[in-house]
Amino acid sequence: MARRNFGTQVTALVVDDNALNQKIHQRLLESVGVRNEVVTNGKEAVDIHCHGKRFDLILMDMDMPIMNGIQATKELRSMGIGSMIVGVSSRCPETEIRKFMESGLNDYHEKPLNTAKLNSILHKMNPNFTSNNK
Amino acid sequence: MDGLVQLQKQLVDYTASLFREGFLDDQFNQLQQLQDESNPEFVVEVVTLFFEDAERLLNELSKTLDSSFPNRGQASIDFKKLDAHVHQLKGSSSSIGAQRVHSVCISFRNSCEEQNVEGCLKNLQQVRHEYSLVKTKLETLFRMEKQILEAAG
Repeated sequence: MARRNFGTQVTALVVDDNALNQKIHQRLLESVGVRNEVVTNGKEAVDIHCHGKRFDLILMDMDMPIMNGIQATKELRSMGIGSMIVGVSSRCPETEIRKFMESGLNDYHEKPLNTAKLNSILHKMNPNFTSNNK
Repeated sequence: MDGLVQLQKQLVDYTASLFREGFLDDQFNQLQQLQDESNPEFVVEVVTLFFEDAERLLNELSKTLDSSFPNRGQASIDFKKLDAHVHQLKGSSSSIGAQRVHSVCISFRNSCEEQNVEGCLKNLQQVRHEYSLVKTKLETLFRMEKQILEAAG
């Protein structure tokens, strides 16, 4: 119950070009009450913020057409966006993950995202939150 | 009622065999846990997206590694493009818990990195085979679930 209550106070943006990942991430977020929107590349993520929208949490894929996750994260940070930005990618090399983190991420998780990883993200956002409650 | 109980047992046993034989891993469990009354078709929808993704990517892999030209030299194959497609397939298969497809994709990526044409051809055959198997298994699973729903009225 506590997890779902905190979740309902959070808004999220899913940034991913793959329909399968979009669906899974959206459903994961919905399962804990997080209202969310989806965009399909980094440029759309930047544009939605230019139009005034703000989100508590951004799940950012790395490899996307037009603008990738690294560029998008840098742009959002340079715009002063202070949201929790979590990189979610299936890229493994340390060097690539480090580059992604250095662009301004708060956290990084390897795909696929699952309940345990989402719980850990929500716990980072609110240390009072625990995953014991469902 | 007995018929329904029998169907349910068959489903449980069949699902367990898919995990035991390595076709599926815990990620599939995660997807099932996300399915509820408000999203009753979630797993079928996600797996359908995986099928579409996989078929498109297998097509692309075949085109890139065109096997109608067996003497195709290493120099003419775009290994970077090949690797990009395999990477996507690896990601999709991992997202739905298709463990055996995912494992073959890991080998396939190694072959791409080594620019090993024969290895890539073999891996393509393997990934097609594993994909075909898991597709059949999942379609059977969904058919069984549908039979149970119909039997339960």
